[in-house]
Amino acid sequence: MTFELETASDPARLKRIVIEPVTRVEGHGKVTLLLDEDNRVHQARFHIVEFRGFEKFIEGRPYTEVPVLVQRLCGICPVSHNLAASKAMDVIAGGVPPPPADKLRRLMHMGQILQSHALHFFYLSSPDLLFGFDAHAGKRNIAGLVADFPEIARQGIGLRKYGQEIIRMTTGKRVHGTGVIPGGMSRNLSAADRDELLAGIDQVVRWSLQAVKLIERIFGEHADLYGSFGFYRSSFMSLVRDDGAMDLYHGGLRAKDDKGQTIFDHVDYSCYGEYIHEEVKPWSYMKFPFIRSHGGEAGWYRVGPLARVNNCDFIPTPLAEAERRIFRDFNGGSAAHATLSYHWARMIEMLHSAEAIHELLHDDDLLSDDLVNTGERRLRGVGVIEAPRGTLIHHYHINEDEQIVRANLIVATTHNNQAMNEAIRQVALQYLDGQQLTEGLLNHIEVAIRAFDPCLSCATHALGKMPLEVELMNAEGTRVQRLVKDPDGRCQA
Amino acid sequence: MNEARAAAAGVSRKIRIATCSLAGCFGCHTSLLDIDERLIDLLGMVEFDRTPFTDIKHCGPCDIGIVEGGVSNAENARVLGEFRKNCKVLVAIGPCAITGNVPALRNDISLWDCFQEIYLYEAGAEGRQIPNDPELPLPFDKVYPVGEVVKVDYFLNGCPPSPDVIWKFLVDLIQGREPELDRESLRYD
Ligand code: SF4
Repeated sequence: MTFELETASDPARLKRIVIEPVTRVEGHGKVTLLLDEDNRVHQARFHIVEFRGFEKFIEGRPYTEVPVLVQRLCGICPVSHNLAASKAMDVIAGGVPPPPADKLRRLMHMGQILQSHALHFFYLSSPDLLFGFDAHAGKRNIAGLVADFPEIARQGIGLRKYGQEIIRMTTGKRVHGTGVIPGGMSRNLSAADRDELLAGIDQVVRWSLQAVKLIERIFGEHADLYGSFGFYRSSFMSLVRDDGAMDLYHGGLRAKDDKGQTIFDHVDYSCYGEYIHEEVKPWSYMKFPFIRSHGGEAGWYRVGPLARVNNCDFIPTPLAEAERRIFRDFNGGSAAHATLSYHWARMIEMLHSAEAIHELLHDDDLLSDDLVNTGERRLRGVGVIEAPRGTLIHHYHINEDEQIVRANLIVATTHNNQAMNEAIRQVALQYLDGQQLTEGLLNHIEVAIRAFDPCLSCATHALGKMPLEVELMNAEGTRVQRLVKDPDGRCQA
Repeated sequence: MNEARAAAAGVSRKIRIATCSLAGCFGCHTSLLDIDERLIDLLGMVEFDRTPFTDIKHCGPCDIGIVEGGVSNAENARVLGEFRKNCKVLVAIGPCAITGNVPALRNDISLWDCFQEIYLYEAGAEGRQIPNDPELPLPFDKVYPVGEVVKVDYFLNGCPPSPDVIWKFLVDLIQGREPELDRESLRYD
């Protein structure tokens, strides 16, 4: 562990290198490095610099509105927030969704996993993997992919499109649709849409399998680089089904430590607060969660595809399960810890989601009208799902007037906060320490961050206090606003 | 020969587009990607400058700049200024950029209350403190629409605007026509 690189002892003496914005990720983040005159790295930090305050401003809103409102946390995985919030609202509305609604939600969610993983792999990360981490910056993007690997690009676009179409058909829109309501769904899938999806699914499964094979081949060809790049060991947390299977929509929380020993298992997620605490550090708006029994120093963990593929006992679809076994064998029969293993695990999950869609599409329940249940109103609800990037927790309290009085959200990227910092520190030590820094070397830092597929706008909660004064001018050069922060962090206009 | 000259002239032959996300959810960018295979056609007509999908960190001289999201902190204001300075045509895409939208729901509450609650009072929070590092840009007390800070040439509404609307709008602009959207496509949700 490299906590020693978190804070340099003598920052004033060091030179500052900044990577801003971190590109080919969603949202706003930056990395700062502090180096001495021999370019030795003394400090490396990944900062989340945006503020939203969602948890505060949804207070007072009617609870039924929240699943639609919280989608606007993230336009890449709106379905995740919609579903996690809706699961919490199911509890509050007292209605367990009937099986057809549960299956429609699972279909949506699998479409979401498919499109999000395809976006991340093909549009954002594959240029690093196919061109090399220090390839020319002008090449490392989707345009480079389209030019040099047109068939891979075409499949990536097609996979993402298929996932997005599932979302459109189940919610009315590709981004920020409305199909899910407390206690169930407000719409089913039309037979025509079902048939259209059925016509395309075999190709989607085939392309997904090819994507797993592609990343497997890249790992095989560069085993040393991919195994050692930003390597460290950590704990992992994810949901698993009752029988230990991978289940991205529902289950109990399981955490294993860096040696594979169980920390907790099949935990009822509504008690998440007994197992996870969060720490605040002054240099990032994103909090640092940790497993309570292990404490702040040792209790951090990773979530997301790597955690889920490592943690589950099996994947309940055959092709993805076969790929999981190959992946595990590649890692000596135990959990994979290498940072870049995230890419491989992500593609195994994409294949799983394609297979799961295939299975669901043959179930006529998707066309059923039995879509909502209601029951006895409760005042507290927790909803958890495995979003594309990892465990997503939504927790709400309402009052007798059905208004939100308190909300707590822990998004996937927040769980990975310490892990991402750890990864950039390892990479800084491995590749940058003592070197003349080049654009290509700095991209290595971003390659490590991208492996996690962070969603930084999801991850943003609130505000900081800096001894600063800022003026906002309008087009005519007139001052719109001037702000000063006093030492107590109070903002004054 | 002509081709060689075009190659020598390099970048300047194609329309150059920059995009950025300020205080938005990235959904407008998602909708841009939802043009699906037409992305390949688009790449035949334009090249990207700074966007979240390229590794160009600062906006250079461009024909079209597309801004998603409102202005919520000093860094947003800086990036927006850079876009206005470098882009011949500046487009505000989606209600976050046009009015502030959901992020602007915080405009009615005090920031101080907000960060106290989130960083100081929340159960399970350790090391209670409010992040205060100089690396964090100063948040403004309110989220401002892009048009209150710089001159905007076009506003493209919809949360997010549909991929077809984005496509039609961009193709018109790229081909030098005044963008025109029919009534049917002017729906905002
Ligand atoms: S306008 Fe809508 S889709 Fe666009 S960034 Fe804002 S919330 Fe997201």
